[in-house]
Amino acid sequence: MNFQTTIGLEVHVELKTNSKIFSPSPVEFGDNPNANTNVIDWGYPGVLPTPNKGVVEYGMRAALALHAKINQHTHFDRKNYFYPDNPKAYQISQSDVPLAQNGWIEIDVDGKKKKIGIEEMHIEEDAGKNTHNPNGYSYVDLNRQGTPLIEIVSKPDIASPDEAYAYLETLRQRIQFTGVSDVKMEEGSMRVDVNISIRPYGTDKFGTKTELKNLNSFNYVKKGLQFEEQRQQRVLLSGGQIQQETRRYDEASNETILMRVKEGADDYRYFPEPDIPNVEIADDWIKQIEETMPEMPERRRQRYVDDLGLTDYDAMVLTQTKEMSDFFEAAVAQGADAKLTSNYLQGDVNAYLNDNHLDLQDTKLTPDHLAGMIKLQMDGTISSKMAKKVFKAIMDGEEPNDYVKAHKLVQLSDPAQLQPIIDGVLDANAQSIEDFKNGKDRAVGFLVGQIMKQTHGQANPKIVNKLLMTSLNTR
Amino acid sequence: MTQQFDNLTELHQALVNKDLSATELTQQTLTNIHDHEDALNAYVTVNDDEALAQAKQADESGIDADNVFSGVPVAYKDNLTTKGLLTTAASKILYNFKPVYDADVVTRLRAAGAVTIGKTNLDEFAMGGSTETSYFGTVHNPWDTTKVPGGSSGGSAATVAAGDVLAALGSDTGGSIRQPAAFNGIVGLKPTYGRVSRWGLIAFASSLDQIGPMTQNVTDAAAMMNVIAGRDERDATSSSKEVPDYVAGLSGDIKGLKIGVPKEFLGEGIDEGVRDQIKTAIKKLEALGATVDEVSLPHSTHGIQAYYILGPSEASSNLQRFDGIRYGYRTPNAKNLEELYVKTRSEGFGDEVKRRIMLGTFALSAGSFDAFFMKAAKIRTLIIEDFKKVFADYDVIVGPTAPTPAFGIGAETKDPMTMYMNDMLTVPANLAGLPAVSVPAGLVDGLPVGLQVIGRPFDESRVLNTAFAFEQNTTFHELKPSMSKGGRA
Repeated sequence: MNFQTTIGLEVHVELKTNSKIFSPSPVEFGDNPNANTNVIDWGYPGVLPTPNKGVVEYGMRAALALHAKINQHTHFDRKNYFYPDNPKAYQISQSDVPLAQNGWIEIDVDGKKKKIGIEEMHIEEDAGKNTHNPNGYSYVDLNRQGTPLIEIVSKPDIASPDEAYAYLETLRQRIQFTGVSDVKMEEGSMRVDVNISIRPYGTDKFGTKTELKNLNSFNYVKKGLQFEEQRQQRVLLSGGQIQQETRRYDEASNETILMRVKEGADDYRYFPEPDIPNVEIADDWIKQIEETMPEMPERRRQRYVDDLGLTDYDAMVLTQTKEMSDFFEAAVAQGADAKLTSNYLQGDVNAYLNDNHLDLQDTKLTPDHLAGMIKLQMDGTISSKMAKKVFKAIMDGEEPNDYVKAHKLVQLSDPAQLQPIIDGVLDANAQSIEDFKNGKDRAVGFLVGQIMKQTHGQANPKIVNKLLMTSLNTR
Repeated sequence: MTQQFDNLTELHQALVNKDLSATELTQQTLTNIHDHEDALNAYVTVNDDEALAQAKQADESGIDADNVFSGVPVAYKDNLTTKGLLTTAASKILYNFKPVYDADVVTRLRAAGAVTIGKTNLDEFAMGGSTETSYFGTVHNPWDTTKVPGGSSGGSAATVAAGDVLAALGSDTGGSIRQPAAFNGIVGLKPTYGRVSRWGLIAFASSLDQIGPMTQNVTDAAAMMNVIAGRDERDATSSSKEVPDYVAGLSGDIKGLKIGVPKEFLGEGIDEGVRDQIKTAIKKLEALGATVDEVSLPHSTHGIQAYYILGPSEASSNLQRFDGIRYGYRTPNAKNLEELYVKTRSEGFGDEVKRRIMLGTFALSAGSFDAFFMKAAKIRTLIIEDFKKVFADYDVIVGPTAPTPAFGIGAETKDPMTMYMNDMLTVPANLAGLPAVSVPAGLVDGLPVGLQVIGRPFDESRVLNTAFAFEQNTTFHELKPSMSKGGRA
């Protein structure tokens, strides 16, 4: 029997506003537990939520990046449940009228394009964090409590673990381009809940779905789904039934392990949040956001191909992150050759980032410096070999022109200076001239090598080649 | 000693003239409170030491001649947070809770120079109409200590009626300021929803709660409104509408005022003595130049049903934070998290609070949300529409505040439905968010009756002026329980 897979993804993204969604406490990570909290975050008796308008605005930006329709009359709802990291015992979220609905993004799996629908996108507050100490106590840190989140729920359009991976990549990329979040799985600013079901081809009714937890990277999402897809097939093919259950992905064994079986649906007793007036979004507000939306990756890709002459592949790689893309554009704006800049970013720079586990914005490299180096190469001031040295220097924050001057890396391009050296080398190597005349091309390489040696590698190879050929042919 | 002063203006003048000091005033107030406390149990906390320190401070820095609350003792219902001062909402679950911040109304009154004399008793979490559900014991009516003071702001009403203080704050979710004001022969105003910040009010039902003044006369209620009304950035539901001078609005002239009297407010379930008293009061208003017509609020009769769905629904959510994790009572008997929640809440909440939590939890549950919560929300909308229609033609709506005078302690606690029906005349104004005042309208069998005046949104000035005209042309507000004249009830 052949099965059809349906995957649903719920993605939580932290918005990087200065203050929390319903309190003036700062949104900061890594501080001492409960340092960034106040009475609102503690769920103290008598406190009220003060809505942060910036959160709605950020949410609208994300919604537009997902081609979703913004609900202009929306409101918050309370989602009720008890847990120590949830100090009010309700989460302020959105239920029946989310901020935005009915969006889509286009994914690309091995060159095949597909639109994946977005069911809805709503805004809500994050919970705190519980830690369980071996001393027998549990500790509650409310620093994260009230951090603004958007939750993005996909339509049941995702049909394979590869598509799920591509969806997450595209989603992350688009949100990142809007600038409303860092969208980093490893830092928790992007979190993914996954459900998967399978059904025999030709049946209308979806199969029973299982939920997967502990998926801490896109890769684990893919691997977890692959395992679960196979597991469900095995169960069904052996005559069993899928239970509605939550399973944990185990990184070490690359398996999913049963956590708990769900009995009936949770009842969160949603109802409209009475402490916050309805959110009314005027046409003007949407228009203003639309007008200030940053260029989305597909527009940039198009521009890189049409205007800058890059390949589709280069354009795709450069727009993976907004940092890389912005960096590229800034360097090109300084006059650096687009193709050369692209090569550097994808080659040397990327290798450096991978070796040092850094993000581009965490290095000392600036678009100015990269452009400066590339321009020195373009006008022949330095050779590509010299550029290797200069590259190391600019990664350490040095200014390329200063560095080149200080280290006398300037290429020798003046024929008046080069010709005597060439003549000297030819005079000393009559055999090589003989070999050249007899059609042995290797002789040229040898001669160039000699010239480079004499000039301590500073001779401009292009000019040397040209002068050498002329000289050889006139001997 | 405050019973020598009938109103804030006289008291203020005496303080400004140094006929008495703020310290002497506070000392005498504390003495009176303690003298009455055995009989009334109006306070959860009397703030003896701190109040005297505040009074001394007021004396030292000088009474502010422009500020009628300068050096004047004020009592706060114990569901309003006061920094460093025990705030319990009359519940075991907050028996030891000392807030780190002041409610906005407390901040404003402190800034005006008021002395925090104490925290008044109430029905637990303001849930009740008789102040019998308090963890700290029942409050007694100063007119007859075998009677309830009404509720839930029973403590504030009793201490004002007993003459301990001229001004107290209450909160009103379904009548909790107006009904005890009526039962105690004082003035109580529930402002328009959003007129006064709820920051620091321990929530019962967020869409209905409103804080308001409880005083011996209308002028003092207006003076208190001048201090507490206005936008607060911390309460997103508070209005930025300009706050008028409510005292200046008291002309006493109601000539041409168009009054509507809903037939539903004088129909079935209204005590005959109350009905007669209110009819007399309405005639008085007519004699003062107002025109009076019978009107109808057809859906108001369903107000109680809607209220007892919506209020408990919101309460069931609001009260979830009392879980024993961060503050207040925590059970000593829990072995795991589940037990910590269940036992803390089972041991910490009283019966009436539990009843409403269960009602609300049920109404919000997946299977009953549409049939209960949504339906109640629709009734609420219909009631709002009823009021809008009447207010298209009339300036104020007038009727009784409560269907009966104060009833006996213990008389209705066994039957929640009878108790709930007491709120039938006050609940509509909460559901519609309208301002409404109760003003003394005489006695029935020796117990006070209140006349209720309901107005358009943010029309507190007209509501208060109607009450003021009535007060100034009657002597009902001069009637005081014997206790307030120094005698013991």
